[in-house]
Amino acid sequence: MGVKIKSMKYEDFEDNETLELFKQSGGNILFTTIDNIVNWGRSNSVWPLTFATSCCGIEMMATGAARHDFARFGIEVYRASPRQADVIVVAGTIVPKMAPVLKRLYDQMPDPKYVIAMGACAISGGPFVNSYSIVKGVDKIIPVDVYVPGCPPRPEALLYGVMQLQRKIKTESMFNKKDK
Amino acid sequence: MAEEIIIPEADNQEISINMGPQHPSTHGVLRLVLSLKGEMVQKVEPHCGYIHRGIEKMTESMTYQQIIHLTDRLDYLSAHMNNAAVCLAVEKALDIEVPERVKVIRTIMDELARIASHQLWWCSFGMDLGGLTCFFYGLRDREKILDIFEETTGSRLIQSFYCPGGLMADLNPNFQKKVKDFIVYFRKILPEYDELLSGNIIMMERAKGIGKMSKEDAISYGMTGPSGRGSGFSCDVRKHHPYHAYDKVKFNEVLRTEGDTYSRYMVRIDEMRESMNIIEQLIDNIPAGDFAVKMKPIIKLPEGEYYQRVEAARGEFGVYIISKGEKNPYRMKFRSPNFCNLSALDTLTRGHKIADLVAIGGSLDYVIPDIDR
Repeated sequence: MGVKIKSMKYEDFEDNETLELFKQSGGNILFTTIDNIVNWGRSNSVWPLTFATSCCGIEMMATGAARHDFARFGIEVYRASPRQADVIVVAGTIVPKMAPVLKRLYDQMPDPKYVIAMGACAISGGPFVNSYSIVKGVDKIIPVDVYVPGCPPRPEALLYGVMQLQRKIKTESMFNKKDK
Repeated sequence: MAEEIIIPEADNQEISINMGPQHPSTHGVLRLVLSLKGEMVQKVEPHCGYIHRGIEKMTESMTYQQIIHLTDRLDYLSAHMNNAAVCLAVEKALDIEVPERVKVIRTIMDELARIASHQLWWCSFGMDLGGLTCFFYGLRDREKILDIFEETTGSRLIQSFYCPGGLMADLNPNFQKKVKDFIVYFRKILPEYDELLSGNIIMMERAKGIGKMSKEDAISYGMTGPSGRGSGFSCDVRKHHPYHAYDKVKFNEVLRTEGDTYSRYMVRIDEMRESMNIIEQLIDNIPAGDFAVKMKPIIKLPEGEYYQRVEAARGEFGVYIISKGEKNPYRMKFRSPNFCNLSALDTLTRGHKIADLVAIGGSLDYVIPDIDR
């Protein structure tokens, strides 16, 4: 048997076959594909951009801090420059004046890049949906990979969203790139 | 013969660069257009509106109970105080006297929020100066307050706990014990903050004598809160115009006269101590009784103008309501402390280096959604 985690079935793990092979070989030889090894590396070193517009940013900081500790999942360092970031967590409201800046930030990030829409404002406009000055969801500007609902979402919710993103990254293929 | 120093023309030129809207030390989406001569800041021009969400206009189509939830999202670190401003304004207009229990609980909650806010400020101020340790220490202790909030109010950051006439819910049975535990814990921890940052020679070098603001200038810019009190401007609304139960507790208004970044820093550190004193005086004497006055489901304020101010974590937060007797306000204006504090940034930073601009900005502790509304 492969790895055991409470509340997660054996079938839920995607790499069971690899683990069985790994056990059979005595732990010295690892069979894998390029996609697997690349995705493993990518999904466990997703570096976010320091980008926060409002309240959700504080919860994002709390997720990175002592108790919740982002770094356990490889979401290690906040990068201040989009050129070094892999994921942009849109934490907070985006208004029309900010929208071109966000688009430019996204364009400046190197591929592969991902977007997490954190909080009600980033998903749909949230409590400000009736306002005259609001972008009703960041998916109108940039493609979103994971939506994390809440106003603001708890750090646990963001961690779950990040893990969902990692699952998504693990399904990618280097050679047959799908259009986003 | 003394050698003539030739300054190349490029060094003497004034260049203007953008800082923000995406910059880690502007604490959000503030855009500053700097005019620089070499590394010296000649002029700072803040550009607002990158998070203007039209809250003031939205309030005109909402009832007073609904408005509470929007005020949280102005200055999310002092959500309780912002709620209190609207609640107190509505209560004043309707001439409602809330029970003593409500007043005391509101005072405790406000002070807890103030401590949590100053802890987060301490984290980010340390980070602005390059000390990442502060970030982990400060947020570790902040989580304890958030636990207390979560148990009683059901939410960590944005609580919307107050409503016109009282509170949304009664206290959790664990509340008193948890708050007392926290005070004991934090009294022990606060000297650690001092050891780590307040007495740090690098921090002192970067903060002392940087960004001086005289008392007269602070008053004319309308700087309030710890930023104003760091310049010796006695502006504590809790002291001068007591609301809640502040007239029943003894506390000192923290004042410093140096007016530099370091004095603004120390005011906030000392305020955390004062907040703990206030909580200690009240936590054992929470009166029994109702947690809210029964209100009509639709509140209609009588025609007129109402203003209420409270002391938020960053300064004086005011709510100005014009009512025409409807269930919605005719016009609602928020006086946000950060906007006035930001206006002083140009005077504070003129002639300093860019790195000092970051330190001064950190000591002003602005929250951008509060500036843009």
